[in-house]
Amino acid sequence: MMKTHENNTSTPGERAQALFQVLKQKELIPDGYIEQLTQLMAHDWSPENGARVVAKAWVDPQFRELLLRDGTAACAQFGYTGPQGEYIVALEDTATLKNVIVCSLCSCTNWPVLGLPPEWYKGFEFRARLVREGRTVLRELGTELPNAVTVKVWDTSAETRYLVLPVRPVGSEAMDEEALRALITKDVLIGVALPHVA
Amino acid sequence: MDGFHDLGGFQGFGKVPHTINSLSYTPVFKQDWEHLAYSLMFIGVDHLKKFSVDEVRHAVERLDVRQHVGTQYYERYVIATATLLVETGVITQAELDQALGSHFKLANPAHAKGRPALTGRPPFELGDRVVVRDEYVAGHVRMPAYVRGKEGVVLHRTSAKWPFPDAIGHGDTSAAHQPTYHVEFRVKDLWGDAADEGFVVVDLFEGYLDKAKTSQVVNA
Repeated sequence: MMKTHENNTSTPGERAQALFQVLKQKELIPDGYIEQLTQLMAHDWSPENGARVVAKAWVDPQFRELLLRDGTAACAQFGYTGPQGEYIVALEDTATLKNVIVCSLCSCTNWPVLGLPPEWYKGFEFRARLVREGRTVLRELGTELPNAVTVKVWDTSAETRYLVLPVRPVGSEAMDEEALRALITKDVLIGVALPHVA
Repeated sequence: MDGFHDLGGFQGFGKVPHTINSLSYTPVFKQDWEHLAYSLMFIGVDHLKKFSVDEVRHAVERLDVRQHVGTQYYERYVIATATLLVETGVITQAELDQALGSHFKLANPAHAKGRPALTGRPPFELGDRVVVRDEYVAGHVRMPAYVRGKEGVVLHRTSAKWPFPDAIGHGDTSAAHQPTYHVEFRVKDLWGDAADEGFVVVDLFEGYLDKAKTSQVVNA
């Protein structure tokens, strides 16, 4: 069906559908390909995966040691591998260090462990400002850090994919692994938020 | 290339439009076409094997700046994928225009053919002070401009190697494979007093780095 757009008045969705139609008409899209990938992107890759990794590291010293030594192997124990998860490094927060992840050049993220990155993470503001004004950006987002805490920003500019291993929060001593998972959100795994016991 | 995509340190933006832990992040895709962006990209990269993800990154960088500023994230990946499918002869501009019913604006052509990696040098070691080579690159490069010429310290050398982005990003499948280095910079060394205190760690291919001439301990 021909539409009557002038130059560049089409919507992003119409352009995506147009590209899809051209490829489909040429029979270049295998059956189930898009559905299978969409299942991974929309469901299987989730911050709940990262929450499992972090909670285990909080309760299991051996796993913690492995996660910090070889994040790829540690995440692979859970089956969290694949595209954008081929070389994983966990960043260990301490009482005096807060790690935060960004991709200033675009959007690279640890897909299998954190899930696809959120809009604000891919947005111009976060990409431009975090590397230069880390503490200020964290404060604006809602995380006020004591002056004694150093901010270290990790720019995902090549093939390493990160997750933040935060400090286990005060008040969580009696919680089991499953309860601990609930404290670990996507924002915690990116490093812009700290886990808190409600 | 020194493009608009290279945003680290760019001033003039307002607040990040987010408050921590305010979103459930489901559904992952907010509009019914967004899943097509990566899906069609992987059709080109993984199924048809016509181009690499690095070339997709470069195609995003080649979006005209005036267009880039106004695009949504997934829209950029649709345009980049369409551009590469046309450039590799899988589809034509006319077919896209026909399907859309209007002109389908693609990314600008590449300004360069890419470049090979600097090789044949000994690797850097943990704790080495390194300087990011003071180079200006017309094609794809994965060195954020804010570290160009800057000195930092090596925290980690990857055990894996990957094809040099400046070569594979232009379709050179003979690109040398190199490790990358997590290089820590003091924010003050990057932007002086017009920045917060702290550190930035950038993941840099070996070919982007030289050993620093000085050896003073700055990050102690």
